[in-house]
Amino acid sequence: MNLAEYKGVFVYAEQVDNVISGIAYELLGKGKELAAQLNEEVTAVLVGADVKGLADSLAEYGADKVIVVEDPELKEYRTEPYAHALSSVIKEYKPDIFLVGATAIGRDLAPTVSARCATGLTADCTVLEIGDFPMVALPGKEDEQKHNQLLMTRPAFGGNTIATIACPDHRPQMATVRPGVMKKIDPIVGAKANIIEMKLEFVPNDRYVEIKEIVKAVSDVADIMDAKILVSGGRGVGSPENFKILEDLAEALGGTVSCSRAVVDAGWKPREIQVGQTGKTVRPNLYIACGISGAIQHTAGMEESDIIVAINKDEDAPIFDVADFGIVGDLNKIVPQLTEAIKAAKANK
Amino acid sequence: MKIIVCIKQVPDTKGGVKFNPDGTLDRSGMLAIMNPDDKAGLEAALRIKDELGAEVTAITMGLPKAADVLREALAMGADKAILVTDRMLGGADTWATSVTLAGAIRNLEYDLIITGRQAIDGDTAQVGPQIAEHLGLPVISYAEGLEVKGDKVSVKRMFDDRHHMLEVKMPCLITALAELNEPRYMTPGGIFDAFATEITTWGRDNLIDVKDSDLGLKGSPTKIAKASDKVRKGAGEKVAPETAEEAVEYIVGKLTEKHVI
Repeated sequence: MNLAEYKGVFVYAEQVDNVISGIAYELLGKGKELAAQLNEEVTAVLVGADVKGLADSLAEYGADKVIVVEDPELKEYRTEPYAHALSSVIKEYKPDIFLVGATAIGRDLAPTVSARCATGLTADCTVLEIGDFPMVALPGKEDEQKHNQLLMTRPAFGGNTIATIACPDHRPQMATVRPGVMKKIDPIVGAKANIIEMKLEFVPNDRYVEIKEIVKAVSDVADIMDAKILVSGGRGVGSPENFKILEDLAEALGGTVSCSRAVVDAGWKPREIQVGQTGKTVRPNLYIACGISGAIQHTAGMEESDIIVAINKDEDAPIFDVADFGIVGDLNKIVPQLTEAIKAAKANK
Repeated sequence: MKIIVCIKQVPDTKGGVKFNPDGTLDRSGMLAIMNPDDKAGLEAALRIKDELGAEVTAITMGLPKAADVLREALAMGADKAILVTDRMLGGADTWATSVTLAGAIRNLEYDLIITGRQAIDGDTAQVGPQIAEHLGLPVISYAEGLEVKGDKVSVKRMFDDRHHMLEVKMPCLITALAELNEPRYMTPGGIFDAFATEITTWGRDNLIDVKDSDLGLKGSPTKIAKASDKVRKGAGEKVAPETAEEAVEYIVGKLTEKHVI
């Protein structure tokens, strides 16, 4: 493998039902930043059936080029034809870096692609930087230190630790990236994509899985990852009915309700609004944690919030370790009064 | 039919986590359990065995003490257990681990391979699909439901906002979610049998079609540059007001100060 042949930052532009997923724009934002440091370009890879029309929106979010792979076999996501598409793109265009969203699709697709291309893959990254490997040169081996490497940082061991990983001797350097962590750029309205169409053959074989049925979860729940204000409830809320007081507070603040895993496991709320390691990563301007003890699996998904307010009866609850403003008290008394006070404060403006 | 279940002994992450000086995990210092997603995978295999009849082989790669999870698998009802262990396999990333397990599995006959979706220590979800790739098998990950129908497997596959009902011809590899089922407990008879059954131990020489340069720390494309305990955001203020009114006054004051309201 001649590493010098590999150039540019590629991002997988995930789409579902011919709608680009938010993670694609987030990856472009980060990819553009990394590419600028390497003096290279950022290329989006768009795979599907009849998806070319989506390419301009990728240009608006920073893609210098868009490689489009289209085929009727790619209409719905399936591991094999999509892995064939991405590994063919990698073999043809030899990117230095390849980023994929750590979504249910990306976490299926990227391992297969990395194994097929015989390169390393780092899962669920939260920080990506360009730097040296080893980070500090070994004494007497300064010339062995490699520069311009992708340093990929990720939580591990249930969020108890963080590790920074490099892939010094294989290309592309591949990572899946947690949704909600990287920032999109302000769109360049009206940008037109520089499209490269790649023609590939898709011949179904035993590795093509058959889709018998697709069942979409019916949901009118707002996406908590887009919310600026989240009022989040844990087991301490006490009952599904009692979430009403959180909903009232969220409405008064112009926010949305989210919850902890305990609440989902108890069947009180749907998984789409779960924050944390096995749920979603959020970073709203304001996160109000009500009756959430704050296990590390939960805080891993919300500690980047700008302001964290925690209300909990247990003064030793670990949520207070990440809260900017912690209130030891009964949420049943505090939350309804807080709702009224906020309504009053807003009415006086 | 023949089913292989890949299981992993993992540190119980509720306890502390320790590292060796080279940044790799010090597994000897932590409590060890069978990874929850893998246990669901094993349970799924045992249910197929109960219903249709099957030979279930549990396989793990790890230190010699990983034999403990194989004993547990035998006690739950697995028929055979294989421990892949060798000094040169240590420090493997997901690529080197999947190459190793694929090399071991090439010795075996199988219709179905089941792995857990991901292990609670690494949380990568990479090894299952990568084993499938090395063996040239179709893969379905994130299985929430699983049923064998003739020479095919029917799987309910979870996505973010939907699920797909998928069907695939065996041989194939499925990765299981812990939500797939409620794993059974070991029975006293099972525990007795588990200690009567011999665990097969394989080393480097038993791996088929595998190069030394793809194994262990040396064969791992990804390298740890830095590992550390997580630096958590510092705690802010904590107050314990006497009344709800005081609490509300405090919160509204802070939110006004921060221009949220």
